[in-house]
Amino acid sequence: MIRFDAVTKQFPGGTVAVEDLSLTAPTGRITVLVGPSGCGKTTSLRMVNRMIQPTRGSITLDGQDTSRMNEAQLRRGMGYVIQHGGLFPHRTVLDNIGTVPRLLGWDRTRIRARSNELLERVGLAPELGERYPAQLSGGQQQRVGVARALAADPPVMLMDEPFSAVDPVVREQLQDEFLRLQGELGKTILFVTHDIDEAIKLGDQVAVLRVGGRLAQVAEPAYLLAHPADDFVADFVGRDRGYRALQFQETPRLPLRSEPTIVLGEQPTEPYAGWLLVVDDDRRPVGWVEPHRIGTRTVSTGDLHRGGTVATEHGSLRAALDAALSSPSGRGVIVDASGSLCGTVEAHEVLTAIEGTRRPERRGSPA
Amino acid sequence: MTWLADNWRTVLDLALSHLYLAGIPLVVGLLVSLPLGWAAKRWSRSYPALITTTGLLYTIPSLALFVLMPGVLGTKILDPVNVVVAMTVYTVALLVRTVADGLRAVPDHIEQAATAMGYRGLRRLLGVELPLAVPVIAAGLRVAAVSNVSIVSVASLLGVSQLGDLLVDGYNRVIWGELVTGILACVTLALLLDLVIVTGSRVLTPWLRVQGGRA
Ligand SMILES: Nc1ncnc2c1ncn2[C@@H]1O[C@H](COP(=O)(O)OP(=O)(O)OP(=O)(O)O)[C@@H](O)[C@H]1O
Ligand SMILES: [Mg+2]
Repeated sequence: MIRFDAVTKQFPGGTVAVEDLSLTAPTGRITVLVGPSGCGKTTSLRMVNRMIQPTRGSITLDGQDTSRMNEAQLRRGMGYVIQHGGLFPHRTVLDNIGTVPRLLGWDRTRIRARSNELLERVGLAPELGERYPAQLSGGQQQRVGVARALAADPPVMLMDEPFSAVDPVVREQLQDEFLRLQGELGKTILFVTHDIDEAIKLGDQVAVLRVGGRLAQVAEPAYLLAHPADDFVADFVGRDRGYRALQFQETPRLPLRSEPTIVLGEQPTEPYAGWLLVVDDDRRPVGWVEPHRIGTRTVSTGDLHRGGTVATEHGSLRAALDAALSSPSGRGVIVDASGSLCGTVEAHEVLTAIEGTRRPERRGSPA
Repeated sequence: MTWLADNWRTVLDLALSHLYLAGIPLVVGLLVSLPLGWAAKRWSRSYPALITTTGLLYTIPSLALFVLMPGVLGTKILDPVNVVVAMTVYTVALLVRTVADGLRAVPDHIEQAATAMGYRGLRRLLGVELPLAVPVIAAGLRVAAVSNVSIVSVASLLGVSQLGDLLVDGYNRVIWGELVTGILACVTLALLLDLVIVTGSRVLTPWLRVQGGRA
């Protein structure tokens, strides 16, 4: 657990980067610091591993005051993913990953084994290990940054916009993998971003900072979207927050209807008007067809309309609504955990379900 | 070129002492400049003072420095050590700035990463900062090498022999072959040192030679 207690940082020039910050990052959880550029996110993060000394206030790590700890030891015990990568250009990928273990004096074979293991963990091919950072794509470099921070298996991870330098598709992918990894590792994570969507997606708890380094609100993502503490937070979380909040509402028993289907590679047997759902041999939906267009031919992949998204049975209302809205037939496809078809649902049915879930929220408080 | 054919042994001997008088100071000068350059970077207030002081050393005329040395070191006037020490002073004058600038050119995000990983002191210098400063330091070293080779010639006026002897003698006795040989030998020596430095720098910086390197 990382605890900020009334922490203020004023830089020599007079800039107050962080003001009176009190915040707790619980053990094993992801706490996201989010806010506009220059609001003191990086400064807050760096006060934790004492790259920056607080002017006032204290930061404790599991109850111990960090200002009394040995600096280098404190840092080697915390993974740090730096804004803009910060990989050592003169070291190969494997040597970059092994940086902290080397500083901790592990023996060579152990470092090598650990580095290779992490390379795989973050989804990089083994042959990339001998490359230099300049020979990697931006997304690959960010993965190496994460692997390097994880190398000595520190209980605490400080991550400063680790996924900011990549395109949205890759970012999404990195975020998903990050969540999966965190599911396995359960680190105490302080994560900085200026992207509210990222904060909402990744955070168990989100702290919104305003310029001048003051905490505007800290809450669980769903609560933040539903109950912004003031105009600043409301503005910052954005206009479509109502819609985005749906992603935290688990689908209640949606009234699923059974959907007529045709298996890919078979012929339509009876005349059928409108859209027909095509599934594969394992009843996994692959797309929609309009039977009158293909007549008596067999359905091939070329005939498929693939526009619709697919929602899972116990996923979010947002996904269910999106499936209905994006489906050419107007019927949203719902599948089970293994991807097999459960049934379909129409947009108005999802909306009715949403109405039914409106109830007071539980946790989170304005700062 | 008949002059060279008749005197190649002498030329070789002179070239070797020339190499010694110019090369040893290069190595010693680099070793002295590293901590000084590091200090200039580490304590940024000391930077202007250190750079100005060492820069001023370079403006002392070489002859004056050679002549001063016995007084400072307590050596005999003909002792080659005078030349070695004087050349080391020149090398340091050139390299302190180079080392400081090379270390200062390490990108900030890499410095920050080093700090965040828990790098400190000598380990940080040798493991992160110095390797990244190699290209800049090597460039400074090349300048120092050429400068040393040419300044060392002046030592002939003090009776410390090296390739400069050929120039003085060739000029005094108007022996064109000797004069030209002296010049060519100096140039060759400078190119040779340059080649050694460039090769060394390349060997030390394999990451700059990969495709898309330089990041
Ligand atoms: N070393 C420093 N000296 C003086 N002022 C600084 C220093 N570092 C940061 N600041 C100032 O403190 C404020 C907060 O900076 P910080 O880097 O924490 O912002 P940030 O929230 O991380 O911004 P970004 O999203 O752009 O990374 C800024 O106004 C910045 O100019
Ligand atoms: Mg920042």
